[in-house]
Amino acid sequence: MLTKIIKTKLTAIFSGVILISLLAFKDRALHQSFQIQAGDTTKWPARFGFGYTPTAQEITAWDIDVRPDGKGLPKGQGDVEKGKGLYTLKCASCHGANGVETGAKLPGPALVGDTAAKSKPKTIGNYWPYATTLFDYVRRAMPYNQPGSLTDNEVYSITAYLLNANKIIKAGAVLNAQNLPKIIMPAKKLFIMDDRKGGPEVK
Amino acid sequence: MKKSDEKHTVSTPTKISRRALLGGMVAAAILPVNTFAGYVQTSTPALSGPGDDPIKIPGPGPSPVGKRSPFENPVRKPSDISSRTPLQDMYGTITPADLHYERHHAGVPVIDPAKHELLIHGLVERPIKFTMADLKRFPSVTRICFLECAGNFRTGKEELTPQDVLGLTSQSEWTGVMLSTIFRETGISPKAKWFLAEGSDATVMARSIPIAKAWDDAMIVYAQNGEAMRPEQGYPIRLLLPGFEGNMNIKWLRRIELSDEPYMTREETSKYTYPVKDKIRMFSFEMDARSIITYPSYPQKVERGWIEIRGIAWSGRGKIVKVEVSTDVGKSWQFANLQGTILSKAHTYFRHLWNWNGEATEILSRVTDETGYLQPTLKQLIEARGTALGGYHMNPVTAWQIKGNGTVLFKVES
Repeated sequence: MLTKIIKTKLTAIFSGVILISLLAFKDRALHQSFQIQAGDTTKWPARFGFGYTPTAQEITAWDIDVRPDGKGLPKGQGDVEKGKGLYTLKCASCHGANGVETGAKLPGPALVGDTAAKSKPKTIGNYWPYATTLFDYVRRAMPYNQPGSLTDNEVYSITAYLLNANKIIKAGAVLNAQNLPKIIMPAKKLFIMDDRKGGPEVK
Repeated sequence: MKKSDEKHTVSTPTKISRRALLGGMVAAAILPVNTFAGYVQTSTPALSGPGDDPIKIPGPGPSPVGKRSPFENPVRKPSDISSRTPLQDMYGTITPADLHYERHHAGVPVIDPAKHELLIHGLVERPIKFTMADLKRFPSVTRICFLECAGNFRTGKEELTPQDVLGLTSQSEWTGVMLSTIFRETGISPKAKWFLAEGSDATVMARSIPIAKAWDDAMIVYAQNGEAMRPEQGYPIRLLLPGFEGNMNIKWLRRIELSDEPYMTREETSKYTYPVKDKIRMFSFEMDARSIITYPSYPQKVERGWIEIRGIAWSGRGKIVKVEVSTDVGKSWQFANLQGTILSKAHTYFRHLWNWNGEATEILSRVTDETGYLQPTLKQLIEARGTALGGYHMNPVTAWQIKGNGTVLFKVES
């Protein structure tokens, strides 16, 4: 009796399995018949023609970047003394009176320090490889609460002040588009490009 | 895993009224949130009164925007400059957009998409400005990949959650246009070797990217997990560089300039660089392979018996090929099950079943990617790079200590 019940149940289970398999097969066949051929064969045009040509003025207004070779530096100039005044007015509240780390918790990082390698904290003197980056960054992002508010001459002056405070240029120096890219930063010699390409080596 | 059902989950009996449940948001506000080390306690609500049986009273009807269950409250952990994804609350690999990690340098800009434009210029055949409508007309592409901040790793104390240790990574399904499609449109000079990508945040954040990435898999994306991208992730458009450090995936993208040289911006020189012996390594783009066990982890408690160890693993250099788990302090390793489909440059979920005998031990995971790179130990990284290390591109194997009483603590190594 018990065996018979089990047999009946097994038969029922098997029938169920077969039925499900058949249904699944039918479903797949249906699915395939409706499937769109893989791969869109439409050829892309050489150009879509979307967008518009900006005016030279539009490009110039946005093109604010400065490269290490000086490309992008604007006309104008700045000096250490003017920079000191501007620093006190616009930078000192976040970076400290002289840009030197004093132990007090300030909103901005220390900017002035020892130019010896491995010095802490990281400052312009010991960790910035290019002087042009200083101009570029101050012009695009500083002061934090009024970014983009400095004139090019003001940015040259603040750059001059910070380079002098880090003992990289003399107090009488006047910076412009010609001499800023020629400044060799103390940290330049430390920087190396990552040459790892994946693979087992831990480097 | 439904947390509220599990014995080993920290739980607090909480009384939630029917009204609060129907109210949704009200209930979310009432739910106690234990912010101790950022771990959000799950609650076991004790329903009260005859009206609290869900099979006896019809629930609220359809709504314009869905909400999480009032019994669940996964949250990011924000600081002044970033917020971290609650990795311990994730059961899969797609991060809900509102829990995606954030890192920004001058806050989240408010950008009207109707006024937003993208300029491509420099070493191109023709400079072009695109409106958002223009960008959306191009053939679109969708892909899943992780994003990760290059500074993603924290240690130093035992009371750290996965969110604290490694919460600066998240994963989304991104939709947009291939950068190569846009570059075909402008035409690129053969002299162009790099491009500068620049955002519209208040630091006008900019990074130099090798042009090979544009022809490979870079995208300009406007959608995240099927809807318009979140402001914190770069609304209305961001650059997406699968596998590359988060900072290079410029958000609120407004300008790309083609160049024959890199620009040496502040973020690629004085930031996102790190000491290697007596030098400073720059231009580390790919995020190296790493993994983390997200369960069990601090501050959960486990019980003797079967435990499914769970976590995520990924590599910025391609697909992962295996994850190994050790339950005996790294003496022996076993393969974890990988949840398919395994995607390139994507978080992959792994699981490993473990029968804990109740003895104190440490559990670890390590991943190998398709380049043959095995996630290193902290000791190996120190040997290769020196003791100074710095905070960027650190991907050591991490461990959780399982104490005899079932307490789980992060293993601090140095």
